[in-house]
Amino acid sequence: MSVTPFLVLSALLFTIGAVGVLVRRNAIVVFMCVELMFNAANLALVTFARQHGNLDGQIAAFFVMVVAAAEVVVGLAIIVTIFRTRRSASVDDASLLKY
Amino acid sequence: MTSVSLSDLSGLSGLSATMAEAPAVAPAAADGMFSLLWLVVAIPAVSAAILLLAGRRADAWGHLLGSAAPIASFLLGLTLFVQLLGRPADDRAVSQHLYTWISTGRFEVQAGLLFDQLSALFVLLITGVGGLIHVYSVGYMAHDERRRRFFGYLNLFVAAMLLLVLGSDYLVLFLGWEGVGLASYLLIGFWQYKPSAAVAAKKAFVVNRVGDLGLALAIMLMFTTFGTTSFVGVSEAAASASAGTLTALGLLMLLGACGKSAQVPLQSWLLDAMEGPTPVSALIHAATMVTAGVYLVVRSSFIYELTPTAQTAVVVVGLVTLLWGAVIGCAKDDIKKALAGSTMSQIGYMMLAAGLGPVGYTFAIFHLLTHGFFKANLFLGAGSVMHAMNDDVDMRRYGALAPLMPVTFATFAMGYLAIIGFPGFSGFWSKDAIIETAYGENVLVGTGALLGAGITAFYMTRVMLMTFLGRRRWAAGADPHESPGVMTVPLMLLAALSVVGGVLLLGGWVVEWLAPVVGEQEEHQLGVPIWVVTLGTLVVVAAGAALAFLLYGRRPVVATAPAKVSPVTRAARADLYGDAVNEAAFMRPGQYLTRSLVFVDNRGVDGTVNGLSALIGGSSGRLRRLQTGFVRSYALAMLGGALFIVLTLLAMTVA
Repeated sequence: MSVTPFLVLSALLFTIGAVGVLVRRNAIVVFMCVELMFNAANLALVTFARQHGNLDGQIAAFFVMVVAAAEVVVGLAIIVTIFRTRRSASVDDASLLKY
Repeated sequence: MTSVSLSDLSGLSGLSATMAEAPAVAPAAADGMFSLLWLVVAIPAVSAAILLLAGRRADAWGHLLGSAAPIASFLLGLTLFVQLLGRPADDRAVSQHLYTWISTGRFEVQAGLLFDQLSALFVLLITGVGGLIHVYSVGYMAHDERRRRFFGYLNLFVAAMLLLVLGSDYLVLFLGWEGVGLASYLLIGFWQYKPSAAVAAKKAFVVNRVGDLGLALAIMLMFTTFGTTSFVGVSEAAASASAGTLTALGLLMLLGACGKSAQVPLQSWLLDAMEGPTPVSALIHAATMVTAGVYLVVRSSFIYELTPTAQTAVVVVGLVTLLWGAVIGCAKDDIKKALAGSTMSQIGYMMLAAGLGPVGYTFAIFHLLTHGFFKANLFLGAGSVMHAMNDDVDMRRYGALAPLMPVTFATFAMGYLAIIGFPGFSGFWSKDAIIETAYGENVLVGTGALLGAGITAFYMTRVMLMTFLGRRRWAAGADPHESPGVMTVPLMLLAALSVVGGVLLLGGWVVEWLAPVVGEQEEHQLGVPIWVVTLGTLVVVAAGAALAFLLYGRRPVVATAPAKVSPVTRAARADLYGDAVNEAAFMRPGQYLTRSLVFVDNRGVDGTVNGLSALIGGSSGRLRRLQTGFVRSYALAMLGGALFIVLTLLAMTVA
C-alpha cells in the first residue's frame, strides 16, 4: 500500500489550515484551521508509523491529540473572554500587545 | 682688568673644573641650649596659629604678640649663635632630632633641625630683619582693620622660612618651602578686594609651583639615587652618583631656586607681587622668600661642586637676571617696582656668586645678608613715603620730600649708598667681592656683573632724585609728613645695619665662618691687583650715578611719564616682555590645547558614544515596528521561518 496519497492529503490539509490561519480574521475559524494543521500532522505521523511498522508515530499522534485538547480548552476560554470584552472575535482587533 | 680673549669666552663652561669638593654635612647632636632650637621655629608658628584662630578677640593685642614672636625667636637665635661662636670651628654644626616623620620600607624621613654656620646667619637675618619689619608694620597697618590677620600671616611667613633654613632634610626644607609659598600667596593677596592683588597673588603662587615642581623632582631623584633625602645622607653619598644624575639634580634644584628667587625665566611674579602691602614686599625681598633659592643652592653645594654644568647654569641664570632686573628697574616709575627690579638684580648677583664655587658661596651669603639690610631699609623707606603720599606709588608725583621727611630721607639715603656700593657701606664690600670673584673666574661674567653695578647706580640714583629731590610734583591733596616713631625706629636700625653690615667681612670673618659649610676657598687668580677691579667698579658706579643725575637731577622731571621713549625703555616698562613671552609660549598654547581637547572631547569622544547610542536607538526604533500586534503577521513569520528551516534541511539532505 502506497503512503503517497496519505501524505498528499496530509499536505493538502496542512496547507488549507495554514492558509486559513493567515487569511481569516475570525478567531474561531483561525482556531479551527490550527486544528486542521494538527490533524494533518497527525495523519502524516500515523502514515509514517504504518510505513515503518512501529508505534512511535502513533504515540506521537496521541500526544498531539492530548496537547490539542488542552490547548482547545485554554484557547476557547481566551477567545470567549476576548469576545465578551470587545464584542468581536476578530484577531486583528486584539492587537494591543505591540510596539 | 684682563682683556677679553677667545679662551676666556670658552672658559665659561669649565668654570669650576678644578674646584675642591664641598665638605659633607656632619652635625653633632643638640645638647644644652641647643635643645631649645625647635623653639626658634615654634614660637612664630604658634603665634601665627593663635592670631589666626583666636578671631576678633585678639584684635586688641594681636599686633603686639605678632611682633613679639619674631623678636623672641631672634633673641633665642642670637643666644644660640653666641653659643655656636664658642664652639671649635669644626664642630659648629648642631642637629636636633625631633621625631620620625615618615617611615615606610626603605624610605625614612626624620623631622629634624640643623643649626650650622649657614643656618645661623639665616636665622639671624630672618628673625632680626623680620622682627623690625613686624614692628614697622604695627605703624604701617595701623588703619587696617585686618591687622591681626596680617600679623598672623607675617608670623606664618617667618615660621615657614625658619623651617626652610633649619630643616635637616630636603623634605623638611620642602615643607618650609611650600609654607613660604603659601604665606606669600596670602600676603601678596592681602588686599584681596583689589582684583590686581588677587591676580598677583595667584600669579606668584602659580609661577612658584613651576619652580616647586623642580625641587620636588629633585627630592624624588635624590631618594631613588641615594635612598635618603637628609643633608647628611645626600652629602655623604653625592660623590658616588653618576655625573648625569648630579647634573639633573643641580638643574632641577636650580629650577626650584629660580621660582622662589624670581630668577629668569621664572621672574615674572616678583614685580606683580608689589600689590601686597609694603612690609610684605620688604619681608619677601629682604628676609624671606627670594633668599630661599640662594640658600638652596648654597646648602646643596655638595652637589653643585660635583657638577660644573649645573654650576654654569647657575652663573648664567644669575648673570641674565642681574642685568634683566637692573634694566627693568631703570624704567619703572612705580617706586616699589623699581625696587623690585633691583631685588631681582641683586638676587641675580647672589646666584651668580653661588655658581662660582666655594669662594662664591660665601660672598653670595654675605651679599644676601647686606642686601637683607639695605633692601628692607629701602622698602620700608618707600613704604614710609607712600604712607605720607596717600599710598601713591608713582615717583613722578613725588619730588622734594627730603625736607619734610628727614628721617625717611636720611635712612633711605643710607640704603641707597649701600646698594650702589658706595665705599665703606655694606653693599660696597659684598658686591665688590662678587665682582672680583666673577672676574677671577671669567672675564665675561665679571664684566656683566660690573655693568650691573653701573645700572644699579643709575636706577637707584633716579629713584633717589625723583622721590626726595627736585621740584614738587605732588598730586592734589597730598600732605607729606614724617612717619611715626614705630616706623622710623626700625628704619634707623636698618639704616645702621646697611652702613656697617660690611664689618662681617672684617678680617675675613664671614669667609672663615662659612668655610666648614661650603668648603675652603682657593685663591682666585686675577691678572691684575684687586684694587684695579675695585677702582673700575667705582668708576662704573660713579658713571651710572652721574648719568642719572644728568637725566633726572639737572633736567626737571615731568609729572606724567613721557610716551615717546626709546624701544628699550618701552621694553623695560613692559618688564622686558617677560609676561608677553609667558603668554605667547605657555598661556596661549595652553588655552589652545585645552580648547582643542574640549573640542575633541565633545565631538570625538562624546560624539562617538552619542552617535553609537543614537544609531542603536534609531535602528531599534525601526525594528520595533515589526511588532505590529497582528497575530496573523506573526503567524506568517512563523510559517516563513518554519518553511525556511525545512527547506534548508531538505537542501542539506539532498546535497
